[in-house]
Amino acid sequence: MLVIEKATVDAIVAHARKDHPDEACGVVAGPAGSDRAVRLIPMLNAAMSPTFYEFDSGDLLRLYQEMDSRDEEPVVIYHSHTATEAYPSRTDITLAQEPGAHYVLVSTRDGADSPAYDGPVEFRSYRIIDGEVTEEDVRVVGSYEETQGEH
Amino acid sequence: MAIELRVPTILRTYTGGEKAVSGDGTTLAEFIDNVNGNHPGLKERIVEGEPEELRRFVNVYVNDEDVRFTGGLKTEVNDGDVVVVLPAVAGG
Repeated sequence: MLVIEKATVDAIVAHARKDHPDEACGVVAGPAGSDRAVRLIPMLNAAMSPTFYEFDSGDLLRLYQEMDSRDEEPVVIYHSHTATEAYPSRTDITLAQEPGAHYVLVSTRDGADSPAYDGPVEFRSYRIIDGEVTEEDVRVVGSYEETQGEH
Repeated sequence: MAIELRVPTILRTYTGGEKAVSGDGTTLAEFIDNVNGNHPGLKERIVEGEPEELRRFVNVYVNDEDVRFTGGLKTEVNDGDVVVVLPAVAGG
């Protein structure tokens, strides 16, 4: 299960809506081993495409160096689909190379990108390990403080 | 002195969990071959094809420079250099 703060969910959705019709992408880093996604880092989609995303290689290096120096890991790796459901595509599955991450997919299809749209936006999370996709529940909390003491 | 390889999480199964291993060589290709001698299997996750090329969705940096801009596998390496391997974060 992915436990994530509402402000982070809202920021990811806002990023996806802003970058539509291109795919938006980014990371939410957290302390290594904590499984808490606390530091949102929106990334540039170097592919600038409605059907593909890729972090720029220089940005990628700086991102991992920064996470290393802060003893963080990529807890969430997110991207948007702009015309299809929030489910990993074949490409997403082939290229997923962070077995410890929650892969979050957001969909901005069907007008969800429009500023006037105020309905729900698909926000789903998966583990992708060795080509196998497992969807997981998403629990949105106001703050991680609410989950203290839980196991 | 030696050359250091920083290993990404997904490839640490080849290094017994180590985040960094070391090796020698005068080019990136030689260095990868050398490291692969102690950690068999690592090379084929970084390099593919004949003639050998870097895999499209694996990024390799020598001293913070993406080797795609410095000669790829022919990039010169020296004692004290740091080679970083990072899988691309990409999808469709």
